[in-house]
Amino acid sequence: MRDDEHDVEYAVSVRDVSKNYGDVEALKDLSLDFPRGQLTSILGPSGCGKTTLLKIIAGLLSPTSGEVEVNGKTVTGPGPDRAFVFQDFALLPWASVIRNVAFGLELRGVAKSERESIAQKYIKNVGLSGFENSFPHELSGGMRQRVGLARALSVDAQVLLMDEPFSAVDEQTRRKFQEDLLSLVQQESKTFIFVTHSIEEAVFVSDQIAILLPRPSRVSEIIKPTGIRNKGTDNIRRDPEYLDIVDRIWASLRSYVE
Amino acid sequence: MKVLGYRLPGMSSLLLWGLLWEIVGRLDVTFFIPPLSEVFQTLFSIIGTPAFVKAISETAYAFVVGVTSAIVIGVPVGILMGKSRLLDELLLPWVNIFLSAPLTALVPVLMVLFGFGMKSIIIITTLFAVWIIILNSRAGVMQINRSLVEMAHCFGASPMDAFTKIYFWAALPEILGGVRIGVIRGVKGVIIGQLLISIVGFGALFELYSANFLMGHFWAVLIVLFALAFTISEFLAYLERRVGYYASKR
Amino acid sequence: MRNRPLFLKLLSAVIVFGAWEIAGRIPVSYAFPTFLESMSALATLTLEGTIFTAYAETLKPLVVGIIISAVLGIGIGLWTGLSAKFDWLFSPIFVVMQAAPLAALIPLLIMVYGIGLTSKVLVVCIMAMPVIVLNTSGAVRNTPDTLKEMGRAFLGTERDLLLKIVIPAASPIIFAGLRLGVSAGFIGAILSELKITPTGVGDIITYSRSIADYPSMYAAIFSIIVLAVLFLNLLERVERHLFKGNIRGYVSD
Repeated sequence: MRDDEHDVEYAVSVRDVSKNYGDVEALKDLSLDFPRGQLTSILGPSGCGKTTLLKIIAGLLSPTSGEVEVNGKTVTGPGPDRAFVFQDFALLPWASVIRNVAFGLELRGVAKSERESIAQKYIKNVGLSGFENSFPHELSGGMRQRVGLARALSVDAQVLLMDEPFSAVDEQTRRKFQEDLLSLVQQESKTFIFVTHSIEEAVFVSDQIAILLPRPSRVSEIIKPTGIRNKGTDNIRRDPEYLDIVDRIWASLRSYVE
Repeated sequence: MKVLGYRLPGMSSLLLWGLLWEIVGRLDVTFFIPPLSEVFQTLFSIIGTPAFVKAISETAYAFVVGVTSAIVIGVPVGILMGKSRLLDELLLPWVNIFLSAPLTALVPVLMVLFGFGMKSIIIITTLFAVWIIILNSRAGVMQINRSLVEMAHCFGASPMDAFTKIYFWAALPEILGGVRIGVIRGVKGVIIGQLLISIVGFGALFELYSANFLMGHFWAVLIVLFALAFTISEFLAYLERRVGYYASKR
Repeated sequence: MRNRPLFLKLLSAVIVFGAWEIAGRIPVSYAFPTFLESMSALATLTLEGTIFTAYAETLKPLVVGIIISAVLGIGIGLWTGLSAKFDWLFSPIFVVMQAAPLAALIPLLIMVYGIGLTSKVLVVCIMAMPVIVLNTSGAVRNTPDTLKEMGRAFLGTERDLLLKIVIPAASPIIFAGLRLGVSAGFIGAILSELKITPTGVGDIITYSRSIADYPSMYAAIFSIIVLAVLFLNLLERVERHLFKGNIRGYVSD
């Protein structure tokens, strides 16, 4: 019954995935497991195939070889068990906030009144009450990403895939987002897969950090900053363990940065 | 599109259409569509004739003079509009009006004012081409990055230096874009002018051919005209790309 | 000054019309009436009702032609934008049409379809259609990739993607294409009235020129230009209102 235990422990498993673009090997025999209910960051220098890996998990790209399992089922395309948060938000500019948030449900054929009441709840959760009928161009970058987050939450998928979600917002908003994300991970029993290029961000928010090195991409190291997780958001950034991990990751990445 | 792994060149489908034309022509579906091969034979037989040479040189003359004056007038006016707010506010409404106005309607006025000849056709060509050149030059100057302007000030560039070394180059992609569209419009203008004042250039040639139902001749001239227009527009698009490489990175 | 833009617009109108008036009074040419003469001729044409019957005639081929071009043009544009095969097959034709002086086809159209309404409608169509097709296909092809990815990630079907993402995302540029098509259609409609048979406004222009009633001729030309500009302005306003916050550049002129 080892397999059962395994299924409970990991929500997503990536097995020997390779991805080639023509002659270019973007990913080579990459294997990685994502524990259920935790946040795993994928961290690496630009061009290391982080986003490619995330899109393969999402089912938006298919791997050249290897496979991805979500809850024990092989991924063949996008599915209701995963939701995606996009780096550039991917909001419909012609649709109001509430329609954008409810768009995932709309595509699943949920009735209008029902999907709007669900959307309403998540708009409130992400702190955008009162903006239901605003349009994306009337919102700041940070608020737009809150809409993208609410959209992903409202379809109630067990796995949330986030592609550098905070890279297009300013530093202060970003910090607020990171703190909100930590409480979100605690509240929701979801599995988060979080792609980032910021070392500090990864250490701050993650239960597990997978470091990807480029050409061709492979997982070089998995770090679990368990010691700092329960110290409270206000204390993490000055915790010696936090600083040590940040330094250690930088030391292993610096030679790959141009 | 790819066939058997080979990328077909962009315009290659025109060959297919040419083939279709040939077949329709051979089947004798209508008197108005002679086989393409016949059209090309006619083309080679008339290309050196005095009537054709006269038509094309008259057209080229009107076109070159008209478009050159449009550029000579349009670029400086546009740049001045981009630099001076007063001038901009005074002229912009008119530029916008004439940009979208059906200028064809002005041809009768030009005919009574400037006669049924070359002068009117040149003016029509200029009128067709000039507005978009003005508008694009203006837009080019207005979008120049503030920090480029400030950089010029910081390093003590004289107004003349700033203009010739920075503003002109920074606005060049837009200016060239305007010139390209202006030239395409000029081609249309010169033909519309000749159609309405049908004693000059291709206008006269068309009258002659349609009076005698010379379909092969007609199509031959159309092919020459379309091919020339397309070549000119592609050549300018190529030039624009040569300069445009930095347009997106300013 | 708060009303500066309005004031300057009025000022520039006064300068231009004033220059017209003065040039007419000198006169620069026997065929150059003053601004006021032309405007009073326009008033007469309007009071007599001549101008309304003329426009009813002129707008017929324009409206029919624009409707045909819009339906066909958007259809072909969507088709070529979505399918690489049809793009390869059809786009070159419209690219050449866009660059070519299509007015040269008019004598041919007259030979084939005579001098009736059909020819005039076709003139409007060949002028208006290329820009509508090219704008539509370009807009469809340039749908932002992340929006399409988002649609797929949230389990949209191909049909959902087309109806809820691709077409709405393309609609500002499709609409702009329609506006440019209308602009080209005006050129076609007037050209066909001047070249094919003088009817409607073309008739007023041609007739008053033949009897040397220049004020009426200028009045008719003035009115058609004003009408076209006002209508296109209206379309632009509708466009701006409809696609607020969703404005991207035009694909082509």
